[in-house]
Amino acid sequence: MADDPKNGSAAEQDALDLDFETMELKVGPSHPATHGTVRIQLKLDGERIVWSEVEVGYLHRGFEKECESGLYYQAFPYTDRLNYVSPMINNVGYALAVEKLFGVEVPPRCQYLRTIASEVSRMSDHFTCLGACALELGAFTAFLYGVEARELVWDIHDEMCGARVTCNYVRIGGISADVGPEFKAFVDEKLAQIAKLRKDFEDLLLSNPIFIERMENTGLLPKEQLIALGVTGPLLRAAGVPYDVRRAQPYLVYDKIDWDVPIGERGDNMDRFLIRINELNQSTRIIQQCVEQLPDGPVDLNDPHVRLAGKGRVYNKMEELIAQFKLVTEGPKPPVGEVYQAVEGGNGELGFYVVSDGSGSPYKLRARSPSFSNTAALTPMIQGQMLADVIPTFDMINMIGGECDR
Amino acid sequence: MAEEQKPAEAAEAPAPSGPASPILKRLVDGFGDKILSTHEFRGDATAIVDRGALIDVCKLLRDDPELAFDFLMDVTAVDYIGRVPRFEVVYHFYSLAKNHRVRIKVPLEEGDPKIPSVASLWPSADWLERETWDMYGVKFEGHPNLKRIYLYEEFEGHPLRKDYPKEKRQPLIGPGAVHKIPENDDLTI
Repeated sequence: MADDPKNGSAAEQDALDLDFETMELKVGPSHPATHGTVRIQLKLDGERIVWSEVEVGYLHRGFEKECESGLYYQAFPYTDRLNYVSPMINNVGYALAVEKLFGVEVPPRCQYLRTIASEVSRMSDHFTCLGACALELGAFTAFLYGVEARELVWDIHDEMCGARVTCNYVRIGGISADVGPEFKAFVDEKLAQIAKLRKDFEDLLLSNPIFIERMENTGLLPKEQLIALGVTGPLLRAAGVPYDVRRAQPYLVYDKIDWDVPIGERGDNMDRFLIRINELNQSTRIIQQCVEQLPDGPVDLNDPHVRLAGKGRVYNKMEELIAQFKLVTEGPKPPVGEVYQAVEGGNGELGFYVVSDGSGSPYKLRARSPSFSNTAALTPMIQGQMLADVIPTFDMINMIGGECDR
Repeated sequence: MAEEQKPAEAAEAPAPSGPASPILKRLVDGFGDKILSTHEFRGDATAIVDRGALIDVCKLLRDDPELAFDFLMDVTAVDYIGRVPRFEVVYHFYSLAKNHRVRIKVPLEEGDPKIPSVASLWPSADWLERETWDMYGVKFEGHPNLKRIYLYEEFEGHPLRKDYPKEKRQPLIGPGAVHKIPENDDLTI
């Protein structure tokens, strides 16, 4: 709470204003500053927030119900639409969970490509978050730089899977398509263009006193409280807690790559902004090393009961032919059991809890989405702050409706 | 489901040697038969806990320096329709200091889907328990504000229960509800 040295603490000011009335203000669900549909109810004393409540659910589509009624492989397009700004991370997380259920591991080339896919998606997520934040604080030009960089990121998406936004790229036991021989040159060229735009984007905003003043010392919450609220991702790292699933419990090839977990000091919106800028650098480093080290070999698991065998084998081998029919019509059948697999999403820990009853459909498929827990922290973050601070704080929480409301 | 899972659970129930995971060992040592069973399928340490012992188990999970579970990552439920007990509430914990995870499951009878809230121990449970109430109709006793989070108050039923039909429609509400569904419509597409 901002205490005014001239007029005493906020509590003292309250005591002086004996006859004050609070004003109620309702922001959203369709408001230009809530990219995503969310409703924030506020009670204001002047411009200071004395009470708030966040209502989510406007984008609830019944993700779990849909997935439970389909086969395992039919859930991929739905996972695309969880965090639709970083669809490939969701694809990867779900595929890893089902593979954990099967007890299988994909070939090294696939692991590298999935790592590249995850980091490309993370860059898309961060550019969207930072660009939208700039836009909502009035920096329209910077937003255009961010979005242009995101277009280039999506060019890499396009090169990998043929789609730009909802990519449906990963498969259980593999990926939908391998990359061509010119992939490295293509990625290097795009990354160089992105790096230039990111530099311009950063310079535009970090030399802008209005932007800095609105970001610094707003949305603060001590790290103990963030942990208790289940907040993960850039928000937690900005407060100085180096928790990143990629480092704490490595999956894919993150333990073979040289990269850093950036952490902040104060945990205000400025730190959250700088952490994301830094993570863009780290993602670039990871992608560069992955395309450099990309091993040769197959991208799909050699098990016709988990991953479709190639047409050559299906047409010439009985076992593969039977398995293809069974796989398509009945779905892959993991053993009875339950697993939880966490990956580092764009905004924090993205976990998939899958329960199998031995059939071709998931008995239960739960997505632990970072946006949901992070959005729950908005109320304590803006308590006692100014109304104008809601916008940068909400931007840095980066609530993605598809993921928060499932 | 029920028939298939029972032998597996029986085989994985704590044998005289006890579970391999030190987390589960500590729980079994501390709570004895309140820990109904444990298993470590694919390396995920899981304990099935009696409802009455949930709060004590959670306090130990949070406060014991060897366990130190400071994150309640997720709360959800599973509806094993046809099985007794029908519901299971599932908690996923993570410890920052120890970098380990545990899953706690609490079985609930169909006629009595109530469980003590852990929102006083981990504030993250606030929204997660509201969501579980909304989707499965499990009542969290002692929750500060147990109301629906995704759906609206007029919504009837709990959609993630297995006996809720996927195609079922409910009448639209509010001023935007221009397409009223007739009274005799069976609300299925």
